[in-house]
Amino acid sequence: MAQTANPTFLRPVSEPEADPGKAITFSAPLALDCGRTLSPFTIAYMTYGTLNAARSNAILICHALTGDQFAASRHPLTGKPGWWDIMVGPGKPIDTNRFFVICTNVIGGCMGSTGPASINPATGKSYGLDFPVVTIRDMVRAQAALIDALGIEKLLSVTGGSMGGMQVLQWAASYPERVANAMPIATAARHSAQNIAFHEVGRQAIMADPDWKGGAYDAAQPGKGLAVARMAAHITYLSEAALQRKFGRELQDRDQISFGFGQDFQVESYLHHQGMTFVDRFDANSYLYITRAMDYFDLAGDYGGVLADAFRNTKARFCLISFTSDWLFPTPENKRIAHALNATAANVSFVEIESDKGHDAFLLDEPEMLGTVRGFMNAAATASGIR
Amino acid sequence: MLRPDLAAIAEMIEPNTRVLDVGCGDGALLEHLKQTRGVDGRGIELSQQNVNQCVARGLPVLQGDADTDLADYPSQAFDVAILSQTIQATRAPAKVLENLLRIGRHTIVSFPNFGHWRVRLSLLAKGRMPRTHALDYAWYDTPNIHLCTIRDFMQMATQAGATIEKALALGANGTKLIQADAFGPNLMAEGAIFLMNRRGGGAWGPIAGRAGSS
Repeated sequence: MAQTANPTFLRPVSEPEADPGKAITFSAPLALDCGRTLSPFTIAYMTYGTLNAARSNAILICHALTGDQFAASRHPLTGKPGWWDIMVGPGKPIDTNRFFVICTNVIGGCMGSTGPASINPATGKSYGLDFPVVTIRDMVRAQAALIDALGIEKLLSVTGGSMGGMQVLQWAASYPERVANAMPIATAARHSAQNIAFHEVGRQAIMADPDWKGGAYDAAQPGKGLAVARMAAHITYLSEAALQRKFGRELQDRDQISFGFGQDFQVESYLHHQGMTFVDRFDANSYLYITRAMDYFDLAGDYGGVLADAFRNTKARFCLISFTSDWLFPTPENKRIAHALNATAANVSFVEIESDKGHDAFLLDEPEMLGTVRGFMNAAATASGIR
Repeated sequence: MLRPDLAAIAEMIEPNTRVLDVGCGDGALLEHLKQTRGVDGRGIELSQQNVNQCVARGLPVLQGDADTDLADYPSQAFDVAILSQTIQATRAPAKVLENLLRIGRHTIVSFPNFGHWRVRLSLLAKGRMPRTHALDYAWYDTPNIHLCTIRDFMQMATQAGATIEKALALGANGTKLIQADAFGPNLMAEGAIFLMNRRGGGAWGPIAGRAGSS
């Protein structure tokens, strides 16, 4: 049994005009990799476009670490455009005039899906650290429950970048018969030691903030710690070249260095801004849980260490995209996926796109990426007989 | 219109087979094979623009390099592995051929013939590295770092344990079958296409031990 309602957000809505989307609550428990279950559980989601009569034109978009379901519409809390506005919409590469696009907030998130800030029915208070540690596979299980509830048997495509790409790979492995076309972007089949290390720095910054209170904070979240976590992470999303080009050694609102520890440099001011605005829209405990889910991701590990075996049953067409300056999910990690797919003789395309914008390139106006996605989605539609 | 050498390659491919086109360019051959022969084709291509064009055409193509990426393909995974007009630009042609013969049940390689009389004459008459219509590069900026003649290629194929099933000479007037014991093509053909395998079937004739001097 499932019930649909308006989603509940942690922060007040600043844009009453923005579509808040829907939230579906399942009473059947969600079995998690850690051995525990989540019951009830809620998935907040947005849809764009119209599902056709054959229910064959659905595309699931999976968001990255700090993304949410508002891929292609104004964010109700921040008022900002959708995080993949450049990619999804009428006439865009993922064309909502043709396709029915679904984007969910992941389980463990903080935009209306069940996460550590949700009320634990056993105590009547927020879960905090009582929330079970979730995995990428758990996120995908929860999405599959939604796709079932929407009456969609097979997705025309599943796509997403970064952690979204991990979910795409997990979809292909867990539900090979339900994915016709998979497009993981700037991702990896396992989180690297360097990436786990960066995540640990972020988590320690949160947990070192006295406002964290062992995860049992109420209204005042550990904003300083969360902001530092975001600042450190944000550096990894860019490239040295992009930082240099954007900021160089330019000073912020001053003509000379201050011989102090204020924000002398523009790059410092930029990072502080990134940290501050992030705290306004994200939950610190969610950050702990979702980074952990990424750390634990090792798709080959679930298949005896052989990545190719994860894709043994897939009939999906794959298109992988990486960016030359992405050092968080570098080309070799993406190519490793392509090689594993090759070993199963799967139908796979791979493109490395020249960009100096680092990992974040997948969110930006990269014409070659947009062209590749458009071409792949058009070919997918043609192969499935969608006009 | 498909380039004549590609059309000649397409003629060699059975319908409904699995084909790997290494150096597939903009995917013209793969597209043609898919449309006319129901071929399940895959490609490898170095240029990003070309890969994008292929993906937009719905062709599965990996951005990659024949020298480094063929090793990752499983053995005998394809009915035919094709390398057209590319072997002369690889760093290790023998290794590339070895991989092609391993990956494909059949292998097709086409290449420009450096033994063509125009090439020979150009070097003899001008005393400079030959530049011809087919190979129009200065010696210092040519991507063609491992040029060979038809006889050179046959020797390498023999060493790789290949059985030649069929060979075509490419010229201005189309293609012509190369006989196993013919000397002429090495002088007269602008290029050649070889269909080979390493399972010993459909032998075209003995290729070792020829002592021709053309």
